[in-house]
Formats: sequence, C-alpha cells, structure tokens
Amino acid sequence: MTPDLTFRAGLKDVLPTVFGYIGVGLAFGIVANTSHLSLLMVAGLSFIVYAGSAQFIITSMLVAHDPLSAIMLSTFLVNSRMILMSTSLAQAFRHESLTKNLLIGSLVTDETFALAMNKQNKTNGKLSFAWQSAANVVAYLVWGVATIVGAVLGSFITNPAQFGFDFALTAMFIGLVYLQLISDKHLGLTRQLLVMAFVALAYYVALRFLNSNFALLTATVLGCLFGMELKKCH
Amino acid sequence: MSLTLPELWVILGCGAVTLISRTLPFALVQRMQLPAGVIDFLTFVPIAIMTALCCQSLFVAHAGHWATLNLANCYAAIPATLAGILTKSLLVVVVVGIMAMAVIRYFNFG
Repeated sequence: MTPDLTFRAGLKDVLPTVFGYIGVGLAFGIVANTSHLSLLMVAGLSFIVYAGSAQFIITSMLVAHDPLSAIMLSTFLVNSRMILMSTSLAQAFRHESLTKNLLIGSLVTDETFALAMNKQNKTNGKLSFAWQSAANVVAYLVWGVATIVGAVLGSFITNPAQFGFDFALTAMFIGLVYLQLISDKHLGLTRQLLVMAFVALAYYVALRFLNSNFALLTATVLGCLFGMELKKCH
Repeated sequence: MSLTLPELWVILGCGAVTLISRTLPFALVQRMQLPAGVIDFLTFVPIAIMTALCCQSLFVAHAGHWATLNLANCYAAIPATLAGILTKSLLVVVVVGIMAMAVIRYFNFG
C-alpha cells in the first residue's frame, strides 16, 4: 500500500479484500438459493441492503416467517457497529461536501473501513473521495455479483468451504489487524497489543452471555474505553 | 424470478435502516466538531473492532457456556499471521490463509 490517494490506487488497494467478498458472497448466494429466495430477492438484498452478516440473518428470518419489524430490528442491531465505523471514518472527510460524505457513507463496510484505517497510517491521516470511492464501488459490485453467481451456481457447488474460501475473510482481518498494529505510530505497539488482549478477553467473556454480534459490539466499546484509560495512565 | 410484496418491504425497510446507520454519522460529523473525549474514543475503534472481528471467527459460541476455539480457523490463522509478518502484504496473507484452510480441510485437521 502506497500513500497514493488516486482512484487508481484505490482500485489496487482494494484487491486483496475482493477474495473475502467472493468467498462470503458465493456462500450467501448458495444459502439464499437453498432457502428458496429468488434471484431478484438476492439482488435486492445485496444491492439495496448491502450488509454481509445482516443478509444471512434476514434470510434465516424470512425462512422462519418472522415479522418485518423483527427483521428490521435485527438488521439495525447487527449493523449498529457501522455507526461506530462511520463516525470514525467521517473524521477524514469533514472538508468534503455533504453529498460526497453521504456517497462515501452509503457504501461503508467492515472491510473498506479497515482498509481506509490502514491507508491513513501511510498518509498522515488523509483520505480522498476518489480513493475511498474506488474501494467502496469495487467492494459493492464484487459483493453483489458474487452473491448472484452463488445463487445461480447454488445447485452445483454444494460445499464452497472445502476449497478454503470461507477463510478468506478471517485471513483478511488478520492481515488488516497486523498491518494496523505495526503502522499506527500514534497509538504505539504496546498500547495496541494491550487493547487487543483486552478486546479478546472481553469478547470471550461477553460471548457466554450475548450472541456474537452483541459480544462484538460490547468488546469493541469496552476495548476503546480501556484504551482511553491506558492513555491517561501514561 | 419474482418478488413478493413482503419481500419488497424487507428489502426497503432493512435497506433504509442500514443506510441511516451508515450515512447519518457522516452528515453529523461533517457539520459539527466532536468533543475531544469522543475523538479520543474513536482513535481506538479500528484496532478494537478489527480484533473483535478476528475473534468472531476464532471462537465458537455456546449460549450460556464458555466459548470454545474454532480449531480449523485457529490453525489456518498461524500461517496467515506468519505471512503477514514476513511480507506485510494483505494479498499474500489472504492467499496463504485460503491455501492453509484448503489443506486443513483436505486432511481433516481441526
């Protein structure tokens, strides 16, 4: 990753995350196909809702004939971490117009957020509309197309996991967290390692009492508060 | 290929909820200065949320009991992490991770 913030650089930087989108996208398409969702429904979920884990939950709730209000509430709760990520990412785009901010915001995902945070470490905290849009749009299109391909091929590929593609997303976050760890000079290595250990422990404990999405949110918020306390001590 | 009316409402309703979660913070942050405490909090969001996302795939939840490790994912995470340390390239980490997982599945480890 270079400090270059052009549209082209964005296309190049987003490439590694594409594998994760293809792997999980195919898996979603296959799940949707076996849950008897039509191609139009798969396209609607991927291109209009556009929310990885929430799409799996919506699908299972549709199969269970849950009411619209419950489906919307679950979607909100699963996606509430987006509020944290968007607030964090928006700091870098305050100088841009409201329209550009809304355009960037409408396509933020876990992956493009993490990518942007890594990029900031190379550019002294700067990001550009062109770079972020390139990453966002590629991610959006690859996700949508992968889910539709998955739904079409659903009856042929029964087990995408056997090729290891389901691990692409985890591998990507491992890579992103490592790159974040070594390149964020502002927070420093020791402090970040302590926050990581705290988040892992908080997640483990929270997972006993909450489902994995709430545990994720709880561990993240507690980890940030822990980080702030650490900062006060030094 | 068809869409029932309830399905259309699910797409529109969930789409609206997701869009608001994503864009409202951008609109607010662009218009006002966040308090120093909030900005301080947000500096820790990247490392915290990425760690939590990794943990999500390394642990398996059992409601009401302690979580266990997802061994296959934990094993595959080792070569992926080493690849990151050696190359500092996200692409290499992802490719090594996928290959490691394919090998683990082939030999039924974990």
